[in-house]
Amino acid sequence: MQQLKSALITFIVLTIITGVIYPLIVFGFGQTFASYEANGSFITVNGKVIGSALIGQGFTDNKYLWGRASATGDHPYNPLASGGSNLASSNPELLKAVVDRVNALGANVITPAPIDLVTSSGSGLDPEISIAAAYFQIKRIAKARGVSEDNVEDIINKNAKYPLLGFIGEPRVNVLEVNLALDGIK
Amino acid sequence: MIIAYIDLALFIVVLTIISIVLGCYIALVFNGNIGYLSFIERPLYKLIGNTGEMKWGQYATGIMLFNIIGIIFVFIFQLIQGALPLNPQHLGATTLDLALNTAISFVSNTNWQSYTPEATLSYLTQMLALAVQNFLSAATGIAVLIALIRGFVAVEKGTIGNVWQDLVKSTLYILLPLSLVLGFGLVKLGVPQNFKNYQDVQLINPQIVSTTVDGKVTTKIYTTQTIPMGPVASQEAIKMVGTNGGGFFNANSAHPYENPNAISNWLEMLAILLIPGSLCFAFGRMVGDKRQGYTLYAVMTIVFIILAIGVMLAEFNGNPAFNHLSIDGFMNLLQSGGNMEGKEVRFGVFGSGLFAAVTTAASCGAVNAMHDSLMPLGGLVPLFLMQLSEVIYGGVGSGLYGMLIFAVLSVFIAGLMIGRTPEYLGKKIESFEMKMVALVILVVPLLVLLGTAISVVIAPGLAGMSNPSAHGLSEVLYAFTSAANNNGSAFAGLNANTPYYNLMLGFTIFVGRYGVIIPILAIAGSLATKKRLNVTSGTMPTHGLLFSGILIGVIIIVGALTYVPALALGPIVEHLILFK
Repeated sequence: MQQLKSALITFIVLTIITGVIYPLIVFGFGQTFASYEANGSFITVNGKVIGSALIGQGFTDNKYLWGRASATGDHPYNPLASGGSNLASSNPELLKAVVDRVNALGANVITPAPIDLVTSSGSGLDPEISIAAAYFQIKRIAKARGVSEDNVEDIINKNAKYPLLGFIGEPRVNVLEVNLALDGIK
Repeated sequence: MIIAYIDLALFIVVLTIISIVLGCYIALVFNGNIGYLSFIERPLYKLIGNTGEMKWGQYATGIMLFNIIGIIFVFIFQLIQGALPLNPQHLGATTLDLALNTAISFVSNTNWQSYTPEATLSYLTQMLALAVQNFLSAATGIAVLIALIRGFVAVEKGTIGNVWQDLVKSTLYILLPLSLVLGFGLVKLGVPQNFKNYQDVQLINPQIVSTTVDGKVTTKIYTTQTIPMGPVASQEAIKMVGTNGGGFFNANSAHPYENPNAISNWLEMLAILLIPGSLCFAFGRMVGDKRQGYTLYAVMTIVFIILAIGVMLAEFNGNPAFNHLSIDGFMNLLQSGGNMEGKEVRFGVFGSGLFAAVTTAASCGAVNAMHDSLMPLGGLVPLFLMQLSEVIYGGVGSGLYGMLIFAVLSVFIAGLMIGRTPEYLGKKIESFEMKMVALVILVVPLLVLLGTAISVVIAPGLAGMSNPSAHGLSEVLYAFTSAANNNGSAFAGLNANTPYYNLMLGFTIFVGRYGVIIPILAIAGSLATKKRLNVTSGTMPTHGLLFSGILIGVIIIVGALTYVPALALGPIVEHLILFK
């Protein structure tokens, strides 16, 4: 009985410390020193929240940079059910999906599609694509917008990020940020 | 690949340096030399009332009571969450089988998740039920380890410390400060920490989605996106520090809100291995022979490096099924390349491959890439790391107590070979200890192989597989391996949120955790009553190269012999078919 009482008291006190006080301290720190990040890294344009810099969106218009394939529940880029395709590398369904994407992108032997553009991401919400995948789309975007290819490439280069110290992280661009830049907003 | 080697080398160096420092601190905490929080401890111990030395039976009773209270609390909390605050989506009660599975899973430090958190659990449930267990399950692991170490140190004493003090000290002095530091860092890097409602954003390019069902094409247009919020950073920090691995979101650490960039990825990987690594050094100090700790740490690190390179290499080489397609899959200055299915661009193949090795070496189970979509041999490595009984670093506390069991087994085998009574750290290893060691070593493979075997012959088991042929078997094998070893990662294609898998895996997790903890405490109790023998010229040294070699051999042979047939039918067959 004494043991049970001790167990209950230890449980209750540690629950309050780690389940209430601890998250509130992190909350206080975040709201004070990192309020943009702690509140979801949202981007506001003309008073309207148009997305989070960290959450990918399913761009489909020819004039925008497209993100990666998304296998989230119900529909692509649905943050209410994040996740990957979970298709095994040996699954014929994966091969079929990739072939369909390669064809839809009009890739050929001379201009092959970068691998990240024809595979689905782990979260289904990947906000980024590789720089190679962005370059691959320059022609289509320039044509749809009636601007020069150099112009589009310039914007991509300005938004390109490279690995820290050369080996931590990967070469990439944020799709939403490039698209806002293409629209001349940011 | 050179980049991968540099990354891995730097990672190991940083991990080792921090672990040595933290190990020293942990030893000071449990030797009673540090007490800056005694103003909280003293009144708390008075309230608890029972803070004397305990025999192993009392200690084990305390651990079990504490954990069962946790299971009941988490179970009930999920059923009543609909009536509680901080529930912006008005999520109702979960099913009974899911509530039970989740409760056992989080209390046992496994964090297997067969549900989609953002669509199933309220902020309050995640914060007050699940995140709390992230702390308490890790504290349980540390407490059991410390009790075992006391068993080696004690001389004809019979007691192994006080369970309540050990739980409180583990939580307040070790887990809480580290989580605070990591939590602050993660918020700054982009992990949300708020209590807002799910946020609607206006898409600048409305998303057109066409789906074909039975030849009929339907088109839907989405003009908004609904994004979940919540106290993510605080939970993310302890999820790593406590080697728990239960995600705030379904995509776990692949989700940009849980792991926003390569720096956060690095910090999370470090945090996973930090306590398991540093406990080796703490152990060396506590038993009064630092070399014992160095040896165990070195053994873990050697096995880890080899296997980590394996998974990075497999993912770097990519999928041969795509070779004939118009795809550029090679790594260059503009892209990561390799097998990118199920991976995030910001981590690439190396950041994902290393993470997969880290999370399964430790019994963490967080994932930053979908393991189901790894290459067959890339997926074999995480599976194998778990099958080595989670002792390559392993879980917080549980990794080292598992490793000490292997050390005792190695001493026993070596003792048989040279015809001497086995002893470890001055304690004679006799028949009672060896019976308990055998129990610990047999219970987990039994759960894994029987569970898998049953599931692949009955309908509710087969119904869960999402991928065909050999990979379907791998999915089920992975699930039971992960559950029995308290890892919690998954080949997530397996549809496990069914009464069959929830109950079967829940049982596996429970026995895999407490069926090991109780014999370990029994060993601790038995060792504590023994004399400590002096080191003589006849003593077999349990540090240095020779013993490390024996230990690695025993770990690999026990792991390999038990599981190789099952692995051959799963990932190895899949590899041979894919690369034919």
